[in-house]
Amino acid sequence: MRFLNRVIAAAAMFAAAMGAASVHAADDASIVVYNAQHDSLTKEWVAGFTRETGIKVTVRNGGDTELANQIVAEGAASPADVFLTENSPAMVLVDNAKLFATVDPATVAQVLPAYRPSSGKWIGIAARATVFVYNKTKLTTDKLPKSMLDLADASWKGRWAASPAGADFQAIVSALLEAKGEDATRAWLKAMKTNFTAYRGNGTVMKAVNTGEIDGGIIYHYYYAGDQAKTAENSNNVALHYFKHQDPGAFISISGGGVLASSKHPKEAQAFLKWVAGKKGQEILRDGTSYEYAVGEGAASNAKLVPLNELDAPKIDASKLNSAKVTDLMTQAGLL
Amino acid sequence: MPRIHTANRPPRWIVSAAVLVAALAILPLASIVDVTVETPWSTIVAMIVRPRVGELLTNTILLVALTIPLCTILGVGLAWLTERTDLPARRVWAVLMTAPLAVPAFVHSYAWVSLVPSMHGLFGGVLVSVLAYSPFLYLPVAATLRRLDPAIEDVAASLGLTPWQIFMRVVLPQLRLPIWGGALLVGLHLLAEYGLYALIRFDTFTTAIFDQFQSTFNGPAAYTLAGILVLCCLLLLAVEAGTRGGARYARLGTGSARTLRLRRLSRTTALICSLLPIATCVLALGVPLTTLARWLIIGGAEVWHADDLAPAFSQTLIYAAMGALITTLAAIPIAWLSIRHPGKLVRVIEACDYVTSSLPGIVVALALVSLTVRFAYPLYQTMATVMLAYLLMFLPRALVSLRASIAQAPVELENVARSLGRSPAQALWAVTLRLAAPGAAAGGALVFLAIVNELTATLLLAPNGTRTLATGFWALTSEIDYAAAAPYALIMILLSLPLTWLLYHQSQRSLGR
Repeated sequence: MRFLNRVIAAAAMFAAAMGAASVHAADDASIVVYNAQHDSLTKEWVAGFTRETGIKVTVRNGGDTELANQIVAEGAASPADVFLTENSPAMVLVDNAKLFATVDPATVAQVLPAYRPSSGKWIGIAARATVFVYNKTKLTTDKLPKSMLDLADASWKGRWAASPAGADFQAIVSALLEAKGEDATRAWLKAMKTNFTAYRGNGTVMKAVNTGEIDGGIIYHYYYAGDQAKTAENSNNVALHYFKHQDPGAFISISGGGVLASSKHPKEAQAFLKWVAGKKGQEILRDGTSYEYAVGEGAASNAKLVPLNELDAPKIDASKLNSAKVTDLMTQAGLL
Repeated sequence: MPRIHTANRPPRWIVSAAVLVAALAILPLASIVDVTVETPWSTIVAMIVRPRVGELLTNTILLVALTIPLCTILGVGLAWLTERTDLPARRVWAVLMTAPLAVPAFVHSYAWVSLVPSMHGLFGGVLVSVLAYSPFLYLPVAATLRRLDPAIEDVAASLGLTPWQIFMRVVLPQLRLPIWGGALLVGLHLLAEYGLYALIRFDTFTTAIFDQFQSTFNGPAAYTLAGILVLCCLLLLAVEAGTRGGARYARLGTGSARTLRLRRLSRTTALICSLLPIATCVLALGVPLTTLARWLIIGGAEVWHADDLAPAFSQTLIYAAMGALITTLAAIPIAWLSIRHPGKLVRVIEACDYVTSSLPGIVVALALVSLTVRFAYPLYQTMATVMLAYLLMFLPRALVSLRASIAQAPVELENVARSLGRSPAQALWAVTLRLAAPGAAAGGALVFLAIVNELTATLLLAPNGTRTLATGFWALTSEIDYAAAAPYALIMILLSLPLTWLLYHQSQRSLGR
């Protein structure tokens, strides 16, 4: 009966080898990116950057506010060098905790002025537009809501959907909070709780609208283009409605990127951010499968998208968006 | 079995090791209590007394109250058909009724959501839970039915009871232990599962804790919800312990039970009865497998990204193998003590291990995140913490098999080794553990299986850049890329199949078949 001996010996050797391997993984010229952006988009950025510079990048995936709060909890000891998000509120959270280093001026200059916050501690790396996705057979254009605020009316009860646990929707609420104030936001969220149906993920919302389970939903624009480019099976029956007229529902959310002050490889981290906001990084937004808007100086977005300057978005200072307050309000409203 | 008296006290290092494991085991609970105590009382009250908590509580209670009885009816019905009747192909059905365990719960719901996209809420949650978890009831009930002493039923029949009355008044009461044990297991899974309910859009405490985690990392709302969930788990444990009772289930008097006679089913009855296992198979195996096959065909060769799949596969193997090894080793001291030196201390230690393992993965992970960030930063986001989480969550799986096989290793052999000059440690290693090796391997296999399918703790605790099959599957389903997720699901099922077979085989063999 040497079975157990052998199993244990083999496993111990295996464990030792793994331990040794993981020690060596901590390479000199490598950075850690806390990534809340789409996994596939960041993968393309990382691949392009590493190919060009030889700098290795390790990615930790998570949600916007999850990773932002994680960075705050980790403080100066955070293993993260770079933080990328889908929306601005999470960047503001880390910025308010004074954990960002100043972004290289040359990198900041690459980004269109409308997509950089005043603090200069982080930059926009991409942008996404709020839309009302609706089922074409269930709703005609004259029946569409004029404003996102209309969705609080009793006539919309049980007819619209959203993904309240996601950072995307929470960013839209933070814009509402910034534009209309706390009381109006609280009232709108309360009406939302009675009226809406919760789904998990914006893609799931669009899928449900497409099958006609529900009339419409508040999501971002790129899910439609992405699905159309693939099999279109989740978007053939839907259309996008842009609120425009500086409505809170016409909010354009800035995806942010920043370098942590605690980074042990600041040079490499700054180089990565510069690459993402630079020509090649922004071209990936134009040519890739993300369908997010490019925000670089002179960078074009995918031609299939409605141009950013036609969306008549509300003027909202991205560095004022308050994610903690939004989570509190949504928790109070019973949405979380 | 006579109580074993050993003159000498157990070696101190074994006791210390067992106490250490128990101390580690109560860390998550202690951490939650700690955070709760530190949070202002008014905040906690505001977090608990709100409509959302009421909703979650209603959802969770309804889920448990509907699923457990349905699982019981299905499990007992199927077990009776496969064990006590001459249903055609009953051995085949017995294997097939165990097989759904090889399909992770969140893959069950992935299959249903892609088959019926509108399925959601309580109905969807209960349906998928019943399909995924009823084997937990089927297995112990079938095992017990097989060894019931038929004499009691004969007496009941001779007193004029109808077969149905015999079943209700004689057979069913004897199934009390396996039914409650299985129900407890199902109940704990219902409280802990995240992926299944997230996909089917049914909010429970666990999904709400995850939402809060995503919004706040480790905010007070997540902790208060976790606290309530812990109380629910403890309540289930208490209910189960309270119903066990002191009734005697073994035969009185001399002689041994005769073999069971199978109930003959007429051709029509057999046909009708076959519908139950057939329907279960179609829903619990047919749906996941055909959906998976459909996505694999749609995805074609494109979805087999070796660059992503190979690392996820090896990462999963490494985690599962190391976790199984560590957990089995950690179970040895307490397993040995509970057989050779049972007593009050040992019972307390065992209770610590069991209580923690009944906590959902999300709670254990949340506690470990907070503990390592605040007090043990070097351990934060390391493999060591992931392994600790696995150890705490899955220790009883290793413990149960190990204890049974140590009990079968005669203490005399260990004593002889001691008298020949071996130290207690050497005697334990060279004699008892060698005899207990098959049990240890079976326990380790169960832990391995659990780790392959583990999602929440791995998501929260794993080191940067880690992706297992389960977390990879989850990332892709979250992007609604069901086709690309299919290969991950397939590999997970293939990895689990041999171990599910082992489980089935063991339940047969332990009863002398």
